[in-house]
Amino acid sequence: MFGFITRRLFQSLIVMLVVSAVSFSLFNFVGDPVNNMVGQDATRERREQIREELGLNDSIPVQYARFLSNAVQFEFGNSYRIKRPVDELILEKVPATLELVLVSAIFATGFGIAAGVYTGIHRNSWVSRSLLSGSLVGVSLPTFIIGIGLIYVFAVNLRVLPSFGREGTVDIGLWTTSFLTLDGWRSLLLPAITLSLFQATMILRLVRAEMMEVMRTDFIKFARARGLAERAINFGHALKNTLVPVITIIGINIGNLIAFSVITETVFQWPGTGLMFIQAVDFVDIPIMSAYLCFVALVFVTINLVVDLLYVTIDPRIRIGTA
Amino acid sequence: MTDATEAEITAAALPAAAAPPPLAQEAPPGFWKRMIDNDIAWSFFRSPTAMIAALVTFGVIAASFAAPLIAPFDPFDPSQISLWDGKLPPAWAEGGQAQYVLGTDNQGRDMLSTILYGGRLSIIVGLAAVCLGMVLGVMLGVIAGYFGGAADAAIMRVADVQLTIPGILLAILINGIARSALPPEARDELAIYVVILAIGLTDWPQFARVVRGATLVESQKEYVMAARVIGLPSWLIMMRHVLPNVMRPVLVLATIGLALAIIAEATLSFLGQGIPPTTPSLGTLIRVGNEYLFSGLWWITFFPAIALVVLVFAVNLLGDWMRDALNPKLR
Repeated sequence: MFGFITRRLFQSLIVMLVVSAVSFSLFNFVGDPVNNMVGQDATRERREQIREELGLNDSIPVQYARFLSNAVQFEFGNSYRIKRPVDELILEKVPATLELVLVSAIFATGFGIAAGVYTGIHRNSWVSRSLLSGSLVGVSLPTFIIGIGLIYVFAVNLRVLPSFGREGTVDIGLWTTSFLTLDGWRSLLLPAITLSLFQATMILRLVRAEMMEVMRTDFIKFARARGLAERAINFGHALKNTLVPVITIIGINIGNLIAFSVITETVFQWPGTGLMFIQAVDFVDIPIMSAYLCFVALVFVTINLVVDLLYVTIDPRIRIGTA
Repeated sequence: MTDATEAEITAAALPAAAAPPPLAQEAPPGFWKRMIDNDIAWSFFRSPTAMIAALVTFGVIAASFAAPLIAPFDPFDPSQISLWDGKLPPAWAEGGQAQYVLGTDNQGRDMLSTILYGGRLSIIVGLAAVCLGMVLGVMLGVIAGYFGGAADAAIMRVADVQLTIPGILLAILINGIARSALPPEARDELAIYVVILAIGLTDWPQFARVVRGATLVESQKEYVMAARVIGLPSWLIMMRHVLPNVMRPVLVLATIGLALAIIAEATLSFLGQGIPPTTPSLGTLIRVGNEYLFSGLWWITFFPAIALVVLVFAVNLLGDWMRDALNPKLR
C-alpha cells in the first residue's frame, strides 16, 4: 500500500514537472516577453533594463528553476492584456467553474444512478427502452449543440431563462456564489444541464450494466429465496454492490466535467476559468495560458490520485501490489 | 533467440513441412465471393442498423466530396454571392426563395452549398487526424509490444498519463499552445494543420494500448519465431508479419475515433480556435450561425448542426456494429 502511494506520488510529480516545463517554454519561446510589457516607443536601454530585472539574461536552467519556485507559490506574473496578477484573476474565476461543475456532477450522478437502476431492473419496459435510445443519441450530441439547443428553446423561444452570463451572485469573503439568489439559480440551470447531460448518459449506461451483472449473481438468488422484499434486494443488496466502479467513474467524471466546462462556459459566456483560457488564447496572453495549464494539470493529478486511493480503500479485493 | 533449442525450431517449422493433404478439387473462391461470403458480411447484412448507418455515412461522405459537382452554388466564388440575398429563410418558409433550398447565411451564401463544402472540410480534417493518431499509436504500440523493456515502459507510461486527461481538453490545450506559437498572420492559414495535429496527438494512446496488447500475443507465436530464426530484421518482422495481424481492433478504434475527431474539430471551430470563417467547416458554420440565433435566424445554425449530428451518429453506430462484429472481446 505504501509503495503504491509513493509510486503514484512520484508519477504525479513527473507529470507536473513536464507540464511546468511546457508552461515555462511558452513564456520564453512564444513572442518576446519584453515587447508584451512595454510600449512601442520604449528605448533600448529601458528594454535592456527590463530584461535584466526579469532575469531574462540568465541561463535557461536558472530561469526554469526560478519559474518553478514561483509556480509552486502560484505566481505567474501579470496578465499581458488585463495587467493584473494572474493568480488573482484565476482565483476570481474558480468559484464560477467549481459551482457549475458541482451542480452538474449532482445532476449527472443523481439522474444517472436513478435511471441506471431503473433500466437495470425493468429491462423491457418502454421507459427503459426510450431512455437507452436517448442515451445513444446523447453520446453523439456534441456539448455545444446541446447548449445551443437549450438556449434556443428556453431563452429565445420561451424566454423563461437567461441565455448567458452569471447573474445574481453574492460575495462571501473571497468566494462569489450563485446559490443564494433565485437569479443565480436561473442563470446556472441551463449551463449545468448542458454540462451534465453527457456524463449522465455515461453513468446511466454503467450503472445499468453493473446492475444487470449483479442481478445474475448467487447472492441475489439467495436473497430472493429467503423471501426478502424486492425493494430490499434491489437497493440493499444489488445497488450497494454496483457502487465501487460507479464511485471511480464519478471521480473520472468530475475530471470530464472540468474539461467540458471549457466548452459550456464559452457557449453560455459563463465567467469561469475555461472561458478565461479561451480568451487568453485569442490574445496570446501567455501568463494566463501558462497558469491555466498548471492549474488543470494539478486538478487532474489530484483527481487521479484520489480515485486510485479510493479504488484501493473501498474494494479490498484490489489491493494492488505492483502497479 | 539464443536460448531457442533445436527442438523448438523444428517444432516451429513442422506445420510448414507437413503440408495439408489436398482437400477437394475446388477452385479457391474469387475476390467477390470472399467479400460477400464471410462472417463480417454475414453480420452486416443481418443488421439493419449497420446497413442504414453505413448508407448514411457513405452517403454523407460521397455528397460532401462531390460538393463542387452537386452544390447549387460555389460559396467561395464572390461573383455568385450577393449580400442582398443574405439571411433568407429556407425555401418552404415565408420569404424563402426556391433557388436557396435551405436559405442563405448572413453573407448571402446558399446554406446547402456551404454545408456540403463545410462537411467536406470536417470529414477531411477528421480523417487526417485519425490517420495521424492511428499511425503514431500503431507504430508506438508495435514497438512497445515487440521490444518490451524500457521502450515499452516509457511509451505506455506516457499513454497512461495522457489517457487520464479527457481528449477534448487536451486537444483544446495543444491547439491553443500551437496557435499562440504561430505568428498572427499565419494562424488562419495553418489553422487546419494545427487542428489536425492537436486532435491526432490526443488520439494515439488508445491505438497504442490496443496494438501493444495484440503485439504481445502475436510476438509469442511460431511464425514470428520462425521469422526471427531465418534472420529477418526486427522492423521487417514488425511491419510485414506482426502489423497485419493486429489491425482488426485498430479498424474499430479508427471508426469510433473518426466520430470523436469530427466532434473535436467542430468543437474547436465552434470555440473560435479552429478552422477560420473564410473556409468554414461545420463547426465554424454553427459558430457563425449562433450569433444570429437571437434574431430568429435559426436556419443558419440549425442545418449545419443537423448535418454534424447525423454524420457523427451514423459513424458511431457503424463503429458500434464493427466492434461487435470484428472483436467481441472489446465490448
